[in-house]
Amino acid sequence: MPLNLSIAVVAIPLFMFFFLGLAGVKMSRKLTGVLGVLGMLVTTVLAYGVAFTYFFGTGDGQVTAEGVRQAVIVWNPDWLAFTPTLVARMGIALDPIAAMMLVVITTISLMVHLYSLGYMSDHHGNPEKGFQRFYADLALFTFSMLGLVVATNLFQIFIFFEMVGVSSYLLIGFYFHSPAAIHASKKAFIVTRLADLFFLLGIMILSYYTGTFDFFNQNGMVGMTDSMDAAKAAIGSAGAQTFMGCSVMAWALTFIFIGGAGKSAMYPLHIWLPDAMEGPTPVSALIHAATMVVAGVFLVARLFPLYVIEQGAMDIICVVGAFTAFYAAAIACVQSDIKRALAFSTISQIAFMMTSLAVSSADNGLIEIHEGYGLGYMASMFHLFTHAMFKALLFLCAGAIIHAVHSNENKDMHGLHKYMPITSFAFLIGCLAIAGIPPFAGFWSKDEILVACYEKGLGWGLWMSAVAGMTAFYMFRIYFLIFHWKEHKVHTEHKPADQVWTMTLPLIILSVVSIVAGFVPMHDLVTWDGKELHTQLNWVVAGSSVAIACVGIGLAYVMYFKENPLPSKMKNSMNGLWTAAYHRFYMDELYQFITHKVIFKAICVPIAWFDRKFIDGFMNMLADVTNRAAYGVRRMQSGSIQSYVYVYIMGALLIAVVSIVCVLM
Amino acid sequence: MQIFDNILIYFVIVPLLTLLGLALCNNKGIKAIRAVAVTGASVLVALASYLVYLFLQARGAGDTSEMLLQSSISWYAPLNINLALGVDGVSVVMILLSAFIVFAGVFASWKINPLPKQFFLWFFLLSIGVFGFFISIDLFTMFMFYEVALIPMYLLIGVWGSGNKNYSAMKLTLMLMGGSAFLMLALIGIYFHSSTDGHLTMNLLEIAKNNAVPHDWQLYLFPMAFVGFGVLGAMFPFHTWSPDGHASAPTAVSMLHAGVLMKLGGYGCFRIAIYLMPYAASELGWIFLTLTGISIVYGAFSACVQTDLKYINAYSSVSHCGMVLFAILMFNQTAMTGAVMQMLSHGLMTALFFALIGMIYGRTHTRDIREMGGMMHIMPYLGVGYVIAGLASLGLPGLSGFAAEMTIFIGSFQHGDMFHRVLTIAGASSIVITAVYILRVVGKLLFGAVQNEHHRELTDASWEERLSTAVLMVCVAAIGCFPNFFINIIYDSFAPVVDALKVFM
Repeated sequence: MPLNLSIAVVAIPLFMFFFLGLAGVKMSRKLTGVLGVLGMLVTTVLAYGVAFTYFFGTGDGQVTAEGVRQAVIVWNPDWLAFTPTLVARMGIALDPIAAMMLVVITTISLMVHLYSLGYMSDHHGNPEKGFQRFYADLALFTFSMLGLVVATNLFQIFIFFEMVGVSSYLLIGFYFHSPAAIHASKKAFIVTRLADLFFLLGIMILSYYTGTFDFFNQNGMVGMTDSMDAAKAAIGSAGAQTFMGCSVMAWALTFIFIGGAGKSAMYPLHIWLPDAMEGPTPVSALIHAATMVVAGVFLVARLFPLYVIEQGAMDIICVVGAFTAFYAAAIACVQSDIKRALAFSTISQIAFMMTSLAVSSADNGLIEIHEGYGLGYMASMFHLFTHAMFKALLFLCAGAIIHAVHSNENKDMHGLHKYMPITSFAFLIGCLAIAGIPPFAGFWSKDEILVACYEKGLGWGLWMSAVAGMTAFYMFRIYFLIFHWKEHKVHTEHKPADQVWTMTLPLIILSVVSIVAGFVPMHDLVTWDGKELHTQLNWVVAGSSVAIACVGIGLAYVMYFKENPLPSKMKNSMNGLWTAAYHRFYMDELYQFITHKVIFKAICVPIAWFDRKFIDGFMNMLADVTNRAAYGVRRMQSGSIQSYVYVYIMGALLIAVVSIVCVLM
Repeated sequence: MQIFDNILIYFVIVPLLTLLGLALCNNKGIKAIRAVAVTGASVLVALASYLVYLFLQARGAGDTSEMLLQSSISWYAPLNINLALGVDGVSVVMILLSAFIVFAGVFASWKINPLPKQFFLWFFLLSIGVFGFFISIDLFTMFMFYEVALIPMYLLIGVWGSGNKNYSAMKLTLMLMGGSAFLMLALIGIYFHSSTDGHLTMNLLEIAKNNAVPHDWQLYLFPMAFVGFGVLGAMFPFHTWSPDGHASAPTAVSMLHAGVLMKLGGYGCFRIAIYLMPYAASELGWIFLTLTGISIVYGAFSACVQTDLKYINAYSSVSHCGMVLFAILMFNQTAMTGAVMQMLSHGLMTALFFALIGMIYGRTHTRDIREMGGMMHIMPYLGVGYVIAGLASLGLPGLSGFAAEMTIFIGSFQHGDMFHRVLTIAGASSIVITAVYILRVVGKLLFGAVQNEHHRELTDASWEERLSTAVLMVCVAAIGCFPNFFINIIYDSFAPVVDALKVFM
């Protein structure tokens, strides 16, 4: 299959957006849905073909004689020429991570399109009014995400960052009659916009010093090491410039990371993601679990050749990632809303990917490319791939459950295993995968991440292993609380059941993928320099991580499998910590304070007051003074002859006196 | 006469003929009035498109002269005043913008009441001023057309406006007149220093070529000219006519005023103030740069607390127009190109905003966002339009605002010194604040529960309202998707200005 078809992969969703958005209102809901799914199916098939051709094809110069996989630029027209040399282009480039992301995005998107046929057909029993709008927005999102991953330059990534931001806004706020959804969508947009501002600053700095936005040279197929050499040269020329003690390049890369951290919900910019769960659940699965939230990871991976050289920026990412992983896992342990618990789990897992990328760099700041270097990069991309599959699976299961019991709270769900066996099994597979139990997908990728962390240092490795243990615990806590514990009384009346086939089929497919995805030979395919990476299973790390995961699962089993007083005892014994974690360590309240009290009350309101009372007041005063002066002067034109004569004589006398005085002097 | 061979003169003649046609119409014959107005506006759009074609063709054929399509006839020989015409890339896109906004404005005032005939008369008189200003390269002619564009505003607001219209009309006119008083002094000053050999001229190009205004005079004249145009460009602290004026103005007048008239300010700033007095511009530019930097952030913050839809947009305009002047004062080609892109973008998007607000106001009879909600359920077309305008305003890629702002920021950042960089970053931070106030309005006005049960009976847009807004939406998207088309037209036009400035930088 020719790689040029990747243009169609991006174009079809865009076409579907316009088609469904404009013509959707005239079509029945069923037709819209079927067309949406078909469009996505075609896109998926094409994307698979393109990725397969890229990885296994023997096209012209795709792999060099040294076995280095090359990037292929399929299409790259100018979009906006800032200066004759600094040009923002809009194109399609395929390299290992882009090809991998094409597969991930189209797979998950197709599953969500299919699933939504059932899930979105009704809203609490009433036919869903915005069904067509939903499919149009999904297509827009898919287009934006695809455009992001195939970007040939940094500016294009920025453009599509904004696009995914807005499609996420539209989809979170899909139920726009609900105040919570409006608030959540607004929050998501503004927080990520704030991060994007930093991204923009990073782009401005980087483009100023390097004079380009492009990742790859213009001449089509270029090895990734070439772009790395170019980057090194650029850093060399800009490295002499410093600002507040750090090189400008470190600033630029840190700013760009902040941009990525906004989309990838790194602490402290994570606050929008849990609220984003107000959107329909398929959206949460697609955008807020599998695709958009890894945009930040993708961005850092894309600029990896630059980050590798800037140790300072890497250290920041490493610390932020490791902290976020723990922080989010701690919160996930106590949440009662299953979607929020999953959201925090997502934050934690993305932090795993970030950390994994960041531990790759060399300690001494100078890059030395030894055998096995870049394991963290490969592991991160591997985890991105597997996580997308099993987290989407978990969210879609959650959606099926919520659709059945009409509640997000786990207290309304207890004991569902008997009623929804397929969903239960699928959820279990997802949990095993994320907990890292072999042979499920998560085991393989997480194991690589831990190995990379241990390579960086024992402390990093132990920390991340501990978080991996927490992951197993909180996931099985959720699982047991939904499907076991004490059966909820309501179930005997309502008889919740597995959902229609359109919703169950994606669960089954994703379950199978979650089992086998770990066997994809990522080492050979997705590496930072395009060469194959030779690794083997590290038995010590693998064994210990499985053991830790088992401990976590065991603990969850003891506490939550059957109804028992242990959880409430635990809660009471550390009430303060539990409450703080339940309230997400009051980060939202802090933001609320800053935005409402500081920015709104202490900046916006005074400025508006100043404008009306002072600046405008001054203008009005000018007019007023003129008016008064006019009134004052008017009195002189009184029409009374006596006063005119009086003024005339007085004036004449005055002139006479003055002239006499002058003459005498 | 030779001047009638020049297509440019027809941008004045067509509105003039429309004016005559309207004068012949019966007062009550609304259909005839509409027909004449629509014909006039359509011909203008066609002419403007043809002008773009001519311009591209001439440039494509290798004509690199600074102004194309030049011609001139003498008006008043003793003072050497001519009707001198000529356009460069900036004027061409401005004319295109004006034509589209006049077109959309005619449809937006389809049901204007009372006195439709008189309304359109003044409306087209205003457009004569606008087009005349953009096609002239003679200082006197420019100033004359500038005044022609300003005066009708008083009557248009005073007669057809709403709310506190007498106060607003008076305020707007007086403040702008105050600005043009400064401007006139500056122009006279420039005129008397326009050449060293005693052969005084009003022609822009000749003055620039002679470069004869003494440096010490420049230091007096430049602030006057810049403030004179800056008042119209809503520069802080001379922006306060904008909120009141826009709030009281009828829909089409708001559209034309924010869409085109405010652009006269930015256009004049670089064409007259900076181009003719480069020394003073490079000496005093930093003062105005600071003021416009304040405008950007200040307008955005002020917009965050407003509750009247038109006030929100007026303050948002202060912020966006501040960005135009800000970019012009950056004195490099990229940023200045961005300024013109921002003029285009802001013109179309604000016109769209004011059109939609007028349509919503015409139905609900309130503009207070606290009294409205859930409009998306009731009038989906207008709701979607408002969202698109909002997204353009906050800079969504694919719509016009993004391309303009990015060109400005990337261009501004090409200055290596701390002062410019800090201001650029401050200006860039407005993209976050803009998102805050836009989403606040969208959330309150369009989403959520319906606040007033009477609103449920309201209707969605009628065909002429759809046409008017759709034209603007398509233009906004066209600029956003194909910015390079416009950038190519604009970019080279700034070379002479930047060259003139380079001497002093």
